[in-house]
Amino acid sequence: MSNHYESPIRNPLILGKKTFKNITNDILKPIKNKAGNLWWIALFISVLAFLWGIMCIFYTIGTGIGVWGLNKTINWAWDITNFVWWVGIGHAGTLISAVLLLFRQKWRLSINRSAEAMTIFAVIQAGLFPIIHMGRPWNAHWVLPIPNQFGTLWPNFNSPLLWDVFAISTYFSVSTVFWFMGLIPDFAMIRDRISNPFQKKIYSILSFGWGGTSKEWKRFEEISLILAGLCTPLVFSVHTIVSFDFSTSVIKGWHSTIFPPYFVAGAIFSGFAMVQTLLGVARKVLSLESYITRNHIEYMNMIILLTGGIVFLAYISEFILAWYSGSPFEKFIYFSKEAAKGPFWWAFWALIICNIIIPQFLWIRSIRRSFFWSYVIAIIINIGMWFERFDIIVLNLSHDYLPSSWTGFIPSFVDVGIFIGTIGLFFILYLLYIRTFPVISQSELKTILKPKKEDELNNK
Amino acid sequence: MNNNKDICLHVLYDDDRILLNGIKIIQCHNFCSINEVYSPFPIHNLDKILKLKKTNLSFLSFVYGSFGFCLASLLTWYIMIFDWPQNIGGKPSFSWIKNIPSFIPVIFEISIFFSAHLMCISYLIQCKLFPGFSPKNPDPRTTDNMFLIELSIKNNSEKLVNLLKENGAKEVIIKK
Repeated sequence: MSNHYESPIRNPLILGKKTFKNITNDILKPIKNKAGNLWWIALFISVLAFLWGIMCIFYTIGTGIGVWGLNKTINWAWDITNFVWWVGIGHAGTLISAVLLLFRQKWRLSINRSAEAMTIFAVIQAGLFPIIHMGRPWNAHWVLPIPNQFGTLWPNFNSPLLWDVFAISTYFSVSTVFWFMGLIPDFAMIRDRISNPFQKKIYSILSFGWGGTSKEWKRFEEISLILAGLCTPLVFSVHTIVSFDFSTSVIKGWHSTIFPPYFVAGAIFSGFAMVQTLLGVARKVLSLESYITRNHIEYMNMIILLTGGIVFLAYISEFILAWYSGSPFEKFIYFSKEAAKGPFWWAFWALIICNIIIPQFLWIRSIRRSFFWSYVIAIIINIGMWFERFDIIVLNLSHDYLPSSWTGFIPSFVDVGIFIGTIGLFFILYLLYIRTFPVISQSELKTILKPKKEDELNNK
Repeated sequence: MNNNKDICLHVLYDDDRILLNGIKIIQCHNFCSINEVYSPFPIHNLDKILKLKKTNLSFLSFVYGSFGFCLASLLTWYIMIFDWPQNIGGKPSFSWIKNIPSFIPVIFEISIFFSAHLMCISYLIQCKLFPGFSPKNPDPRTTDNMFLIELSIKNNSEKLVNLLKENGAKEVIIKK
């Protein structure tokens, strides 16, 4: 069967005696069937959250960013925290698809499609924050190097903020293309099975006339591999460049050469936690128990454990380097004794508990292979990684070089509202996705199905 | 059967290994040629058995990436050095090569952008895939669980049909 050799000593990646037809039907089921009550309730809650967010965004744009909790000392806070958090979440999808494809990890096949979707939806949320933070979002196109009415007004290519524009937009568009190219054969499968004329028309348009010819598959495999090769450095570059927003500055606690690898590891850490969170629900709701198995959960937990370890190492390095620098201002960085007992002690300890202590439970095999505990730990990591970004930004800014301007930060309802609004939009997109898209890359998944099983079933 | 005209046969299989065996049988048979093979997923070694040409997509992606690299280099030079040089944080605004560390991220991103997007467009053009095109597969089961060989035969096809059926073909449909 195809190019896949499954070792007899390894656990199977697909449970049960599945045939090609079973896989097709399982992927088609959520698209053909009507949505359940749970789906409608989840969509309703997400729409409410989104509407609140939209209201807060309009209020911000109409009044100005003074409606946020920012002050002259802490001039970046929730907005950039959310931006970095969402970008970080957006890292796992392309990592699973691209890096694990290059490493020939077949277990990615059950989860890559949903993880890529999550990436795209998360990057959309991330992109909103810098645009809103501009205060005048109708001038957002000024960050692009396009001729304008002001003579020679060009963006500054020395600025890491402009590098961010290029990095995030390239990451978003290349990830979307990578995702869509993989979707074409699966859209064709739906096109050939669906009976509703309207749906058939839509899937016909989306499937681009795919026929599954030998030449199409040969080229498909080649572009998948090349896109994986292109996306791999892209994944690492994006959060590296996001970290440059901080590390190229002269703010204490930010001006750190360890930030790029530390941010990339942190992004993968949080991205996999979000994949666990979403797949934990999708597995149950869409009845994908045969495809998303304990092995998948365990492999993801191993990556979480590894990247969590790298993040922990980075925290220790930050602590030691701050102490070793001898600078009195470095005493107040986000990972220091002063932070642990200062006004933001709760944010500091949230980071320690969620990102360092709790993930250590994944060393225990039974927890690592438990759906329930993996889900709980993943949610805690999501929270912890939000606090990490909050600590880096707010704690470092709150004690700047001028002690007379040291101050605290209290978010306004608008700060909170916009964040919740983005969570709402993210879940709206995800819920619509699981009802209309093939949630598993069925054409690739069929390549790892053992033909013996089908033969056996046919002979019965 | 008519011995003078070309007859088109659709041979259907439900297993890719048996399909590969079927292709070898057809290739040994004179007076017939395989027009196309349709499958629900990529089959390992099929391209070698069918003697398909190596694609040029990897080379094209390199060319497109190089184009993006040149364009980004030109863009950063024109904007930051030639058109409106500014002293920003003391960084050298008079020499592109001396200020290149600032330009590497953008040059890298634009190179990847052009390489990925133009390669995908080339792929779609080469495969003749465009939004709304009618499906190429002659049988809708080929996107589900069946594998189809489309072949043309000049001679009497009965012998070949029987041979293929004996060797695992689930269905043979004769098309004119």
